[in-house]
Amino acid sequence: MGNLTRRNFVIGGGALALSPLIVPRAFAQAKTIKIGALYPLTGNLASTGLDNRRGVELAVEIINGKYDLNLPLARTEGIPGLGGAKLEVVWADTKGEPKNGQAEAERVVTQDHVVGIIGAYQSSVTKVASQATERLKVPYVCSDASSPTLTERGLKYFFRVSPHDGIFAHDQFRFLKDLEAQKKQKVQTVAVLYENTEFGSNVGKEDLRYAQEYGYKVVADISYTNNATDVTSEVGRLIKASPDVLLHASYITDAILFTKTFKEMGFNPKGMLTMAGYIEPGYLPAIKADGNFIIVRSTFALDLAKKKPLVGQVADLFKKKYGIEMSENAARSFMAPFVLAEAISRAKSTDAEAIVKALQGTNIPGDQVIYPWKGIQFDPKTQQNVHATGTLVQIQDQKYLTVWPFESAAADVVWPLPAWKSRK
Amino acid sequence: MADQLLQQVVNSLLIGSVYALVAIGLTLIWGVMNVLNFAHGDFLMIGMFISFWCYTLLKMDPLFSIPVCAAALFLLGAGIYRFIISKVMKGPGLAQLVVTFGVSIFLANLAVMLWTPDFRLIEKPLLSGTWSLGSVQLSIPKFVASVGSVVVSAAVLLFLKKTRTGKAILAVEMNRDAAQLMGINTEKINSLSFGLGSALVGIAGAFLSMYYYIYPQVGGLFGLISFCIVALGGFGSIEGAFIAGILIGLVQTLGGYFFDPAYKYALVFLVYLITVWIRPQGLMGS
Repeated sequence: MGNLTRRNFVIGGGALALSPLIVPRAFAQAKTIKIGALYPLTGNLASTGLDNRRGVELAVEIINGKYDLNLPLARTEGIPGLGGAKLEVVWADTKGEPKNGQAEAERVVTQDHVVGIIGAYQSSVTKVASQATERLKVPYVCSDASSPTLTERGLKYFFRVSPHDGIFAHDQFRFLKDLEAQKKQKVQTVAVLYENTEFGSNVGKEDLRYAQEYGYKVVADISYTNNATDVTSEVGRLIKASPDVLLHASYITDAILFTKTFKEMGFNPKGMLTMAGYIEPGYLPAIKADGNFIIVRSTFALDLAKKKPLVGQVADLFKKKYGIEMSENAARSFMAPFVLAEAISRAKSTDAEAIVKALQGTNIPGDQVIYPWKGIQFDPKTQQNVHATGTLVQIQDQKYLTVWPFESAAADVVWPLPAWKSRK
Repeated sequence: MADQLLQQVVNSLLIGSVYALVAIGLTLIWGVMNVLNFAHGDFLMIGMFISFWCYTLLKMDPLFSIPVCAAALFLLGAGIYRFIISKVMKGPGLAQLVVTFGVSIFLANLAVMLWTPDFRLIEKPLLSGTWSLGSVQLSIPKFVASVGSVVVSAAVLLFLKKTRTGKAILAVEMNRDAAQLMGINTEKINSLSFGLGSALVGIAGAFLSMYYYIYPQVGGLFGLISFCIVALGGFGSIEGAFIAGILIGLVQTLGGYFFDPAYKYALVFLVYLITVWIRPQGLMGS
């Protein structure tokens, strides 16, 4: 070192400056666990996919970093069971179409060698993607697609954290019964309206089944093509049927168009119980006050923070990172990385069979989830989370407020909803 | 029952006339150049976004941004013709098909990049609300869009039949070589028609933005339906496209009401298939 020339100094300094970039990266590569995330990042559902992505990104940040939160793996860096290995997400764009779901699932498994998969929001896409992962023997943890059939197929590698539409549909009818018993409201007839892909048509089936079971008369049973340019004929049928309650399962585009058409043509049921599209983050900013009084099924609402401080902490982190409120979609996708990473950590291995075995033994207590559930435990047969339940939120003053179950409600339900003409 | 029937017929006409305006732009481009513009639906989307930004940034109601949309889309259409389409006109037909397809994908993704995939609505357009005419609920913005579409369609027809430039466009449509021999600058007519066709879809976009949600993929189904209308009406026929637009509106709305909403678009394409089976040249084609 006695001969330190200026040139050597510069070279050495440069190498030194570069070294943090090079060394930890090589190091990290050896200790990185890749998981694949399938979402509609472009296409019709791109706004939804972006929201799912935010939820997953925040979850992975919490897993990889050190956070004082009561979430699985939050207080440690990375995955403790694998010596603090970091989780890395390989993003796959389904464009909202089943054919891409399958191709992308195959791509991330065969090319990127992911050890597990999460996603894909849409039931139709999740269905084919999980068939591909079953064939390739890769664990799939889903916390956002809700068609009941997904967990009825007896797949070995597929697990679902969130409630399915059968549970949600059941909730809606239990709500109607509660409404009659406790709020002395009379409900006799329902109309069932649903989009005709995997998601909507299964909700339709469940709705019809529960309507019969709970003794409500179905006065209209309408399925329609999603992404319609015009829905006046559907709404015309609804007006003719004049139901007490509308049950609607739809994605966001149709939710916006239907709401506008309800107003325009003056469709006034006593209540609207809806799913999916009505709670997406794009819905209210687009439709504003016309969305008021609509009731949506939900697994998450910001007002849960009153009873569960964890919800508030996570929601704050989310708002700080993205500048917007955490939505239901983001909150749903948020949980899957934790469940998968926690199982990998217990398995102490990235071997698929070991991870599946660990997932089957998952037992995350209720205080470590951001939903009003008793926890996460998978049914040994269907591998559906047995504790997953839903809540109903009502849009009041352009905010989603929990209104059912009545005992955990943050606001009183407004019923019957005011006719369009009488609104300001 | 009868009330809803009347309501449904009214609704069919309202949506059908807007379909017609979208399709007229497409049929004009096809008629003159034999180019199928796959980016037509995306042009509609751009028109809607221009109207949205005029409203949001300049506080300009969609009703007043119609000329802005028309002018902007004219330039976009003519520009895309000059710099992209005209280059492949000499190549094989497939190249023209692929190039407009490429433009379509490019525009949709550009819109996602520039404006995010979020849904927008023009919150308080000048025209809003509904008129109750007896039992029929008539949406005011839809009614104005519909009347506007009819007026613009008629104006286009008049322009083509009565002005020198219009006649030149029709001449090129009839026989390009003969028109060239008569001293018509066909290259100029090409970019003019492409611009004009695009301007029409821009106007349709401004009308739609008064009541429809706006997002990068909004042009998809509108584009597809307008292809169907153009083929049904007869390739290149303005009158045909207008009649076919109204017809498709009727089939879609009444079919959805009486038959089954799940199949209303299937019915639209069924009517198309039956027509081309009986009359391959379309309703007004020659």
